[in-house]
Amino acid sequence: MALIREGRLVPDPFTDASGLENLPAGVPLIVSLEQWQTRRSALLASGQRLGLRLKSDQPPRLIAADLGYFSVIALEFPKYRDGRAYTHARMLRERFKFAGEIRAVGDVLQEQLHFMHRCGFDTFDVTGPDPEKAWRTIAGDHTVAYQATGDGQPRALDLRKGTGP
Amino acid sequence: MYRYDEFDHTLVAERVATFRRQVARRLSGDLSEDQFKPLRLMNGLYLQLHAYMLRVNIPYGCLSSRQLRQLAFIARRYDRNFGHFTTRQNIQYNWIKLDETPDVLAALAAVEMNAMQSSGNCVRNITADQFAGRAQDEIEDPRPWCELIRQWSILHPEFSYLPRKFKIAVSGAPQDRAAVKLHDVGLYLRPNGAGVIGFEVIVGGGQGRLPYVGHTIREWLAKEDLLSYLEAILRIYNLGGRRDNPQKARIKVQVNALGAEEFRRLVDEEWEQIRFTPQLTVPRAEIERITAYFADPAWEQLTDASATVARQRSADPAFDVWNRANVVAHRRPGYAIVNLSLKAPGIAPGDLTADQMDKVAELTDRFSLGELRVSHRQNLVFPDVQQVDLQALWQALQGVSLATPNIGTLTDIIACPGLDFCALANARAIPVAQDIGRHFTDVAALQDIGELTINISGCMNACGHHHVGHIGILGVEKNGLEFYQLTLGGSSGEDASLGDRLGRSISAAEVPVAIEAIVTRYKALREGEERFLDTYRRVGLEPFKEAVYGQNPPRRQAVA
Amino acid sequence: MDPTGQMVLANRLADGQVVFLATDGSWVEDIARGALARDAVAAQRLLADAQLAESRNVVVEPYLIDIRDAAGRRQPVAFREAIRAAGPTVRTDLEG
Repeated sequence: MALIREGRLVPDPFTDASGLENLPAGVPLIVSLEQWQTRRSALLASGQRLGLRLKSDQPPRLIAADLGYFSVIALEFPKYRDGRAYTHARMLRERFKFAGEIRAVGDVLQEQLHFMHRCGFDTFDVTGPDPEKAWRTIAGDHTVAYQATGDGQPRALDLRKGTGP
Repeated sequence: MYRYDEFDHTLVAERVATFRRQVARRLSGDLSEDQFKPLRLMNGLYLQLHAYMLRVNIPYGCLSSRQLRQLAFIARRYDRNFGHFTTRQNIQYNWIKLDETPDVLAALAAVEMNAMQSSGNCVRNITADQFAGRAQDEIEDPRPWCELIRQWSILHPEFSYLPRKFKIAVSGAPQDRAAVKLHDVGLYLRPNGAGVIGFEVIVGGGQGRLPYVGHTIREWLAKEDLLSYLEAILRIYNLGGRRDNPQKARIKVQVNALGAEEFRRLVDEEWEQIRFTPQLTVPRAEIERITAYFADPAWEQLTDASATVARQRSADPAFDVWNRANVVAHRRPGYAIVNLSLKAPGIAPGDLTADQMDKVAELTDRFSLGELRVSHRQNLVFPDVQQVDLQALWQALQGVSLATPNIGTLTDIIACPGLDFCALANARAIPVAQDIGRHFTDVAALQDIGELTINISGCMNACGHHHVGHIGILGVEKNGLEFYQLTLGGSSGEDASLGDRLGRSISAAEVPVAIEAIVTRYKALREGEERFLDTYRRVGLEPFKEAVYGQNPPRRQAVA
Repeated sequence: MDPTGQMVLANRLADGQVVFLATDGSWVEDIARGALARDAVAAQRLLADAQLAESRNVVVEPYLIDIRDAAGRRQPVAFREAIRAAGPTVRTDLEG
């Protein structure tokens, strides 16, 4: 798994067990919503660090009360065209005040990293051979934004000095 | 008109630079077509039947003479000397080369234009009444709000991968000239009971395979709540719109599946959460800044010159006819709004050559304070013509075939590019429009028929708005041949309705004959000044069915 | 010679121009100069060559079309492809 954060490849301590029948013990785990719902007490008792992987049709409000148990929420893009996780990420950050890692997984394209980052994602499992290069390539693409999200970047209209025609 | 400031310029320039890099990566083989396609579409570049097509936004239909000159330059330098104005207040170039596209986008950026989000599953070009700011019936100018929405929607980080495309239209007048109710979101500027102007919010209208007239989900919305309310709608749609079937992915399907009431409840629930967030609040200074760009131009102090015009009209019947069809009252004394018909007989509706563009730009400067408009009915508008100049303008327009006196008549036809250009089409649309135009050339007869819109689409996607033409014509393909399905009774106005199918489809050659039969029957049935649409609504389909199919009634009826 | 058979049609990547695959592997704008496959095996061979050209980013969306004889000239059978081959039926004044 090639995970990048702030443009650099970083080690991933988590094992994505969301597709596994038997959950490995003694390692940080990312589990599916179904696994969490059926094995919740065992997972909590294990003392493992936990992450949760949500499919694009599983909005974070389903799990809002449990967010404190997770250090990672991995939001899935089944296809790059499926834009639901952008909303999910904003909900996590801006409505549920989730302060842990929000990870983009699935069909994550280089050209989408900027929008994802602005919506609250901070780590990316980028498709393609050289994720650091992907990040560098798009780094200067967007210095102006018309919208404010939870990331604090000011909107163009907040930067304007009331100049007009 | 709105002018870019440093931030707008930077945003568009960065976009051009990004696309230049992406095109280079595509040409070098670094990107496959599958990887590149969504990137080029987000910059308005399609691959059509013959070549690449570039769709350029004309935001809410506003264009300056300087911009039009640049569009002419692009047509000459990078295309085949013409452009095509569409029903979306866009212009399309049909022969753009991929390796030259970044240069075209840079040429557009130089005059504060772009092709961003003219395709893709995102918020498309914001459209509006082409008479905005000038119409006598207007309650408030929609353009500042269009610009605010435009900026909010461009490169929106959350809403750039919606289930499907998203179209927003705004009108500030009671008479709807912008097909507002046929948009994903339609906005009417309206006063509430206390006389305060806000927005009526309509969602879920649209055409295509599943046509719907939109539902009002909010009778009145305060202006300061506009962006937060739109954001709530988009969020409910982004999460709940169908993604399993592109034909059912528009918001209209979601609204109609949930019911308008439930959809409104979901939107309101979300809206209450975000309504007061500073991120969606627009400072008053910014609204004033944008509004100032749309202040009245430097109109002269004139008195009404109708009497002068009336004298000129009575002396020249042709000028009189043109006035009656193409000139609209202006809210400022001494001025008029002038429609330039892009529907001369035998011309592809909406086409304008580079030479015509240059001439129109020149006339814009001479007669209309440097600004013009593009209408969704594929015509151009001079918004600020002095009444005393009308005759001189009319004469000048005749020289470039733009004075056809047919606005609102049955030869003022909407037609999509159809199978002559479009990869999605099943049948041609332009030749059908041309045939009708050649069939009905008698100006007096057209004026006698009165208001009658004919809209032609070359496939179910309905870019030619066939569902809402008073007479709609849909091209279909049967066993490798083109046929045309007629509908009657559609309207895109404030009384929006979807047309009813007349009967079995007919060949292209039969279309003008069928139109003639419908018109003849209408003239026999109409009462007083009744429009075709009103006659149709009164008498229904049967008389027209009989007029068209005569002794050969459609099969379905014969069985019943 | 009977012009009935199949040809490969595509858009050239750099400019989008409609082109036909020729026997020497080049892409030509003139339908008369393109390769005509007279049986299914030859057609599949043409298509394989075209797909290779697609993977090498020379053309986009190549596919086989049926060709019939129209007074000794090659004419795509389907209406859509006939328009693709010949250009729009309108605005012939603006070619070039």
